[in-house]
Amino acid sequence: MSTESDAASVPPPRRRSVVRIESLAVLALFCGVLSFLSPYFLSVANILNVLLATSVIGVLAYGATFVIAAAGIDLSLGSVLGLAGVAGALSMNQLGLPWPAGVLVFLAAGAACGCMNGLIVTLGRIPPFIVTLGTLGVARGLALVLTNGAPVYGLDPAFVYLGQGRPAGIPTPVIIFLGVGAICHFVLSYTRFGKYAVVIGDNESAARAMGIRVDRLRVALYSLAGLLAGVSGLLFAARTNAGDPTAGVSYELTAITATVLGGTNLFGGRATIFGTLVGALIMGVLQNGLNLMAVSSFYQQILIGVVLVLAVWLDQINQRRAKR
Amino acid sequence: MSLLEISDVEKHFGPVQVLRGVSLTVESGEIVALVGDNGAGKSTLMKTITGVHNLDGGTIRFDGVSLARKEPGEIRSLGIEMIYQDLALAKLQDVASNIFLGREPTIRFLGTPIRIIDRSRTEREAEKMIKKLGARLPSVTYAVGELSGGQQQSVAIARALTFNPKLVIMDEPTAALAVREVEHVLELIRTLRAQGIAVILISHRLTDVFAVCDRIVVLRQGAVIADDPTRNTSMNAVVAHIVGAVEPAHQGNAR
Repeated sequence: MSTESDAASVPPPRRRSVVRIESLAVLALFCGVLSFLSPYFLSVANILNVLLATSVIGVLAYGATFVIAAAGIDLSLGSVLGLAGVAGALSMNQLGLPWPAGVLVFLAAGAACGCMNGLIVTLGRIPPFIVTLGTLGVARGLALVLTNGAPVYGLDPAFVYLGQGRPAGIPTPVIIFLGVGAICHFVLSYTRFGKYAVVIGDNESAARAMGIRVDRLRVALYSLAGLLAGVSGLLFAARTNAGDPTAGVSYELTAITATVLGGTNLFGGRATIFGTLVGALIMGVLQNGLNLMAVSSFYQQILIGVVLVLAVWLDQINQRRAKR
Repeated sequence: MSLLEISDVEKHFGPVQVLRGVSLTVESGEIVALVGDNGAGKSTLMKTITGVHNLDGGTIRFDGVSLARKEPGEIRSLGIEMIYQDLALAKLQDVASNIFLGREPTIRFLGTPIRIIDRSRTEREAEKMIKKLGARLPSVTYAVGELSGGQQQSVAIARALTFNPKLVIMDEPTAALAVREVEHVLELIRTLRAQGIAVILISHRLTDVFAVCDRIVVLRQGAVIADDPTRNTSMNAVVAHIVGAVEPAHQGNAR
């Protein structure tokens, strides 16, 4: 606390970038290697293919980003995706709801699951790891019970267009993936809601002391993650023209990996949606590349797990260095 | 009517009774020291004022308004600010965000009813506040965690003073500071008094307490055992009260 200041030693203002340069570098590296290995990789058709294949995981990862920003975790995302998909498909095929109402059922089912997660975490004061692990089982079980384990085939063609349509040559899921991303980026980076999500993850007791309604906000964050899982479930159902109770098994693993790869701190306090988009694309490119090289999907599972641990490890090293 | 009236406040955490009927008043423009040994209940008492802890008994009135069941945000908007001992800063966020934490100015997004944080105003006003305090920070765009302890203290102080408080509670504001910086904080406290702002100062540094405070309240085992104007007490008497070397019957309570 001193009034004298010498202008020469004043460091320049620091601007928070929307994405970590490392994440972009990894994406560029992967793309470079793959375009070298397969001439097909950089074709427009394959790029759209990667985006399409990434869309379900990407939307799921947006939700994970909000929750992880606030130092939470949601392991139920993949199961909620499955349950929302089944609920939406059944609402149209069994209850005969028109497809726009069906769309709302997908979203409502997802948001309801997320809201439950949030309420149990805050009211029960149970760690989110445990609560969402429980939901992972419950939601998946419910999806199987509702359908007797068999997919609900043959949805309304107008609805299926949301997954298989190509307005102006671009697959609808890609449009939804990028559009929802833009909205999420806006919410996380520009609104008080987004700011408080990150602040809760940074220092919860400070957030409380400064008058932020932490519990309410946390319920909203889990609800939002559930809602986005509902969107993912919708995309999955529309793409496959079915409500599959086994859809999205272990997708939360990929979604969380994408989030961390994008530079979001796994322990809260720092998060960007654009980073998560890049992280999801890294995962998408990785899988696409392995497919192009005809590597078995069994190995891909192993790789995803390894990448998750590696990403967190590198992040930890980075942070330790930052804290000198 | 006093600015702050605390009467018979009780608080327990599980079976542990931390506050046993604490009563205390603070007037506008008064600097009151709250001293006591570790675990005497000083911070807990302050956190019942700011709404971080709920009361288990008694009443707290500020400006005639009861603070019972009010949330920290409401209490801040009534004009009570606290500088917490751990500073309550979000270390990964920048200085400007911390100063406006919970009170971010917003603007309409493209004329829609959606409101977004007014980033440039946040930075501008944070800059102004830092300058007014004479604090030395590289830039309000730096993450608080990148700053030194003294600089972080400045951010916490700036945050408490930005919204024209009527009462500022300071929990060990000088503990992390160098000698020269301590003088600045004490000077700041005097300035606040001149502006009619009340200050409750929690400190272990009795020299600081005697240098600026009008009244010294000693808390021991969750109860007020001395409440004397500074001029009517002495360093030895206060220390004796803190460590419990004085029989309650002999305490020189002049008020």
